[in-house]
Amino acid sequence: MRLLNRTAGRLSRHRRGPLAGLLVLVLGLLLTGGLYAVLAPAQADNTDQDNAALVKEGRELFLVGCAFCHGQNGEGILTQGGSQYGPALTDVGAAAVDFQVGTGRMPMAVPGSQAPRKKVVYNDKEIEALAAYVASLGTGPAVPDADLYDTSSPGDLNGDGTEDEKDRDLLVTRGSQIFLANCTACHNFEGSGGAMPRGGFAPKIRGVDSKHIYEAMLTGPQSMDTFSDGNIPPEDKKAVIAYLETLDKSPSYSGFTFGGLGPVSEGIIAWLCGLGLLVGFAVWIAAHTTRTSKQKDEA
Amino acid sequence: MSDTSTPDQQAPEPGTALETAGPIPDPGLPAHTWRPTDVDPAKERRAERQVAALFGLSALCTVAFLVAYFTLDVGDDWHVVGGFGASSMALGVTLGLALMLIGIGVIHWARKLMGDHEIVEMRHSARSSDEDREGTLQALDDGLEESGIGRRPLIRNSLLGAVGLLGLPAVVLLRDLGPLPGKKLYHTIWGDGTADAPMRIVRDGIWTPILASDLEIGDLVNCQPDALMNPQRYGIDPSEVEGVNLQVHKSKASLVLLRMDPGDIIPGKAADGGSRDNWTVDGIVAYSKICTHVGCPISLNERTTHHLLCPCHQSTFDLADSGKVVFGPAGRPLPQLPIKVDEQGYLVARSDFDEPVGPSFWERDYYER
Repeated sequence: MRLLNRTAGRLSRHRRGPLAGLLVLVLGLLLTGGLYAVLAPAQADNTDQDNAALVKEGRELFLVGCAFCHGQNGEGILTQGGSQYGPALTDVGAAAVDFQVGTGRMPMAVPGSQAPRKKVVYNDKEIEALAAYVASLGTGPAVPDADLYDTSSPGDLNGDGTEDEKDRDLLVTRGSQIFLANCTACHNFEGSGGAMPRGGFAPKIRGVDSKHIYEAMLTGPQSMDTFSDGNIPPEDKKAVIAYLETLDKSPSYSGFTFGGLGPVSEGIIAWLCGLGLLVGFAVWIAAHTTRTSKQKDEA
Repeated sequence: MSDTSTPDQQAPEPGTALETAGPIPDPGLPAHTWRPTDVDPAKERRAERQVAALFGLSALCTVAFLVAYFTLDVGDDWHVVGGFGASSMALGVTLGLALMLIGIGVIHWARKLMGDHEIVEMRHSARSSDEDREGTLQALDDGLEESGIGRRPLIRNSLLGAVGLLGLPAVVLLRDLGPLPGKKLYHTIWGDGTADAPMRIVRDGIWTPILASDLEIGDLVNCQPDALMNPQRYGIDPSEVEGVNLQVHKSKASLVLLRMDPGDIIPGKAADGGSRDNWTVDGIVAYSKICTHVGCPISLNERTTHHLLCPCHQSTFDLADSGKVVFGPAGRPLPQLPIKVDEQGYLVARSDFDEPVGPSFWERDYYER
């Protein structure tokens, strides 16, 4: 060791700082790593391998949690009567899985006319794996990129060269027109949801994650119609989401909304609570008057 | 058969006799008990102050209402308190309290201070006395005699004529319900357009044309005719689609368009007995959005069954089967619009509907279209 140091000392005519060796080491490592990253030949293969592993993991999860209704290979299962027990998943795409599992609708607790939103049972990694597996079964929309539903970047809609609050207002206005023409029929003008045939219902869509709104439009969960990118283009989907966000933020100007369900809830409250309160009050007035045992001396 | 009743046992005429002694003696009223405010002057004064305080609070609320009306903003920039519009809440609460406090005050007054002696008021016969009845008839006769309506036929007849004629304004005002719609109910603004511009189907609300190739199976689009926005292109006078006319045309022409698996579509017949085979484009079908029951606009579609539900009275139409009614009170299938694609691939109408859209009407089947 002494010999080595002495040799090094003799070879170098410059004094070195105590950290110089470490610095050289770090630079060397960075260079090697960078070169590898640029020049490595197996980059693409690597993602494929990752994806294959994800699909494999997804298939294992699928066989445990989904195959009972959707079939071992997602081919769907029919009942003896010919109606659908679990629909085929061959062409639904990753977006449908991300929506159904990500909102807790799948796996269903019991078969029924509608899968309600409930606690999510898979974690993000597992949902990603399931989505990758189902996407590998056929065609279908992928999980949308975050910038597709990020309404803080509406784009330069009024063409004034900047992206500002005015553009967002335009986006919300356009979104309201699309929402009122296409969504209110089932989901109510406030997005409060409504009843559908045979025990189904259009769920409330207020306060729902923007990604899930986007995916629902894209895939048409359960008996909902789809609004594919050819039907409502991505920028218009973003407009609908912007409108829903605005609804969430606006105050209820004229008092309580009672769920925004229109005359049904308002009528129930008025008749049962309002009128009931008045009748009860009237009964109470008539039933109680304080009396005393004392006598008034009638003069 | 012998008559057993004698004159002095004659039963009185029903309803005129007063039963004086029954099987159960009348217990009379219970002894009156007094309220604390009746016997204690201090409590009486206290109740008096309470009533006055309630009325005073009501007055305060009224003043608060006026203040809220003039200070809280409802223009472009609402005052908001706790997620509610401050003005609506303040006006409602103050006016409600102002009215309610007056009511509560009056009730409190009546219960604590006003006399509460029980009083018995006996029923009396519903029939007026004979003198009153005769007097009334006499007064009526006198009036008729003095007016001389029997002796003066000129006055009587002219009065009858004037009053009778008053019926006419009511009849004439009915004219404002018209004019009769003529054949307007039989047609919508849909049509085949002009030779170089077949009438495009556009998305409702954003008015963009629809490429048939853009739609996927399961897609639903709510549509309107392009002629509402670009009338000149189809040789339609722009004044025809302005103001009220625009609303009328829009309400009749509203369309719901969806793409389904072509194999799901059951072949149907047109009104003239022809086939509907060329009315669709690769599984894309277009139906009137106006319910045939009472005309609600409907687009509650179930993608899985192609059943379109009307939210008003639950009429359900099968869009894979020529709009047949599968449930509910609607009496007719939804009219289908024949469609095709133009040279650029956009969806266009082949013609108008081949039957009137919307609810049935009396003369619907009596005239040729």
